[in-house]
Amino acid sequence: MSPRILAALLSLLVLALFAASMFLGHAAIGPMDALRALAGQGEELTTLILTQIRLPRALLAAMVGASLGLSGAAMQGYLRNPLAEPGLIGVSGSAALGAVIALQTGLAAGFALVLPLMALGFAFAAVLLILALAGPRGSSLTLILAGIAISALAGAFTALVLNLSPNPYAASEIMFWMMGSVADRSMAHVALAAPLMLLGWAALFTLGRGLDALTLGEDAAQAMGIPLSRLRLTLLAGTAAAVGAATAVAGAVGFVGLIVPHILRPLTGARPSTLLWASALGGAAMVLAADLAVRLILPDRDLKLGVVMALIGAPLFLHLIYKTRREMA
Amino acid sequence: MTLLTLRALTVRRGDRPVVNRVSFSIGPGECVGLIGPNGAGKTTLMRAALGLLAHQGRSSLAEMPARDRAATAAWLPQKREIAWPVTVEALVALGRLPHLPRGTRLRDADRTAVEAALTRMGLTAFRDRLATELSGGEQARVLIARALAQETPLLMADEPSAGLDPAAQIATLRVFRQLTREGRAVLASLHDLNLAARYCTRLILLGDGLLVADGPPADVLTAENIARVFHLEARMINTDHGPLFQPLDVLP
Repeated sequence: MSPRILAALLSLLVLALFAASMFLGHAAIGPMDALRALAGQGEELTTLILTQIRLPRALLAAMVGASLGLSGAAMQGYLRNPLAEPGLIGVSGSAALGAVIALQTGLAAGFALVLPLMALGFAFAAVLLILALAGPRGSSLTLILAGIAISALAGAFTALVLNLSPNPYAASEIMFWMMGSVADRSMAHVALAAPLMLLGWAALFTLGRGLDALTLGEDAAQAMGIPLSRLRLTLLAGTAAAVGAATAVAGAVGFVGLIVPHILRPLTGARPSTLLWASALGGAAMVLAADLAVRLILPDRDLKLGVVMALIGAPLFLHLIYKTRREMA
Repeated sequence: MTLLTLRALTVRRGDRPVVNRVSFSIGPGECVGLIGPNGAGKTTLMRAALGLLAHQGRSSLAEMPARDRAATAAWLPQKREIAWPVTVEALVALGRLPHLPRGTRLRDADRTAVEAALTRMGLTAFRDRLATELSGGEQARVLIARALAQETPLLMADEPSAGLDPAAQIATLRVFRQLTREGRAVLASLHDLNLAARYCTRLILLGDGLLVADGPPADVLTAENIARVFHLEARMINTDHGPLFQPLDVLP
């Protein structure tokens, strides 16, 4: 498929899902009412629902999806491994730990943005740690190993916090948060996440050329004038900003960064540079769709986005492995 | 004018020099074969010359800014990596990346270079095939075409003929000779001494990281050098079809 057609189709898909996300929900609001409300001419309640509840939710779903899809594509391109995903460098695990501590200590109850800010702080610390371990001269293997170690450490501390949690309500609140969701978020969350995500996207979109060259391996890419240590720094910083911000506002949403590049790779001619923006759009579409599913399937049971994503993602992944097992052997 | 100048290039691994004070220059029109047994330091020498490895001494290429270096020398690593199932044409086009002012969009001149590289390596019929689905030898040819598409004055190749069938080996060395006739230069490490003797204009013999001999094939492939460095008994036979090099036995 030509890149232009793919871009047009994916953009249309994102727009359609975004619109559906605005028009479908617990309160039945017709498209015309919704448009009038958005223009500021409808009923006050309708306007409130649309701008304070549905708009931030749809925006966050699209932003989180784009961040995860884009960093997944970049990570797979850099490591030349279709099994890589943005969580690999430990940023999402660490952000989750920060959020869990905020919930456990009760800090989050005082002020709504304490939780995402704590999560961001921990994500930032994780990046500093991974830079210290797999710094400018480290190899991609050091990066993976450092990421696994940091993820494991963050996971262990998260488990410790849960373990020592004195009351079951705090524990269940933590569990629910960790399942990942974009429900009940405000425009303040959007405002907090957006600048960081934009910075992260800007960094990751510069990597296309280097990632294309890496198709031939690190040695050949470097000899073609690609500065590998700068590329690695940009990748780490960009992923940390985008995924750290995504985890901070939406919790841990898995599989997007793994599945989306995998699905779109054959449609992009497997070019890592094309896959970057395709996965950003595809990720946005996938999380918007999953969030719609959350609302439509069991509207009264507070189904979590991360759970639905994993339920969609894991079988899809199994299917992809089944399809490509001969190539992967 | 030289394309590559090494002055006392040294690479240490721990305390042991893997490449030990090697000096030579390569100018346009030379097809230089880098020969030596396993572990002699051929790959290390070439990677250090490109600035891909920490080294002492000087290499004109390593001292260039990355962009200029990529416009001067193309590098074909020994490890043949094709990470993603891209088409042959797209893979060869990656060789144009250093020439693109920015981004990844090809211009007309780039397409011409890709076409020329595909034609040279006899790959025009393969252009739409997925590179990852080709045989090992075909992949090797595609990667050589990628390096050719970079259109650099110097091509450095690490064992470009390994794993190729006899016809493809000869075809590859012929392409290299053709490049040198166009005023470009090639530095290729080779294990097949017969190919080296027949197609290279000059051979550089490495043994234990030291430059043992440097000169025309007949002067380098002497019985004494071969015995000392390769521990082989061998004969160089001059025939109507050019020189033939035949190893006979392993020396005790």
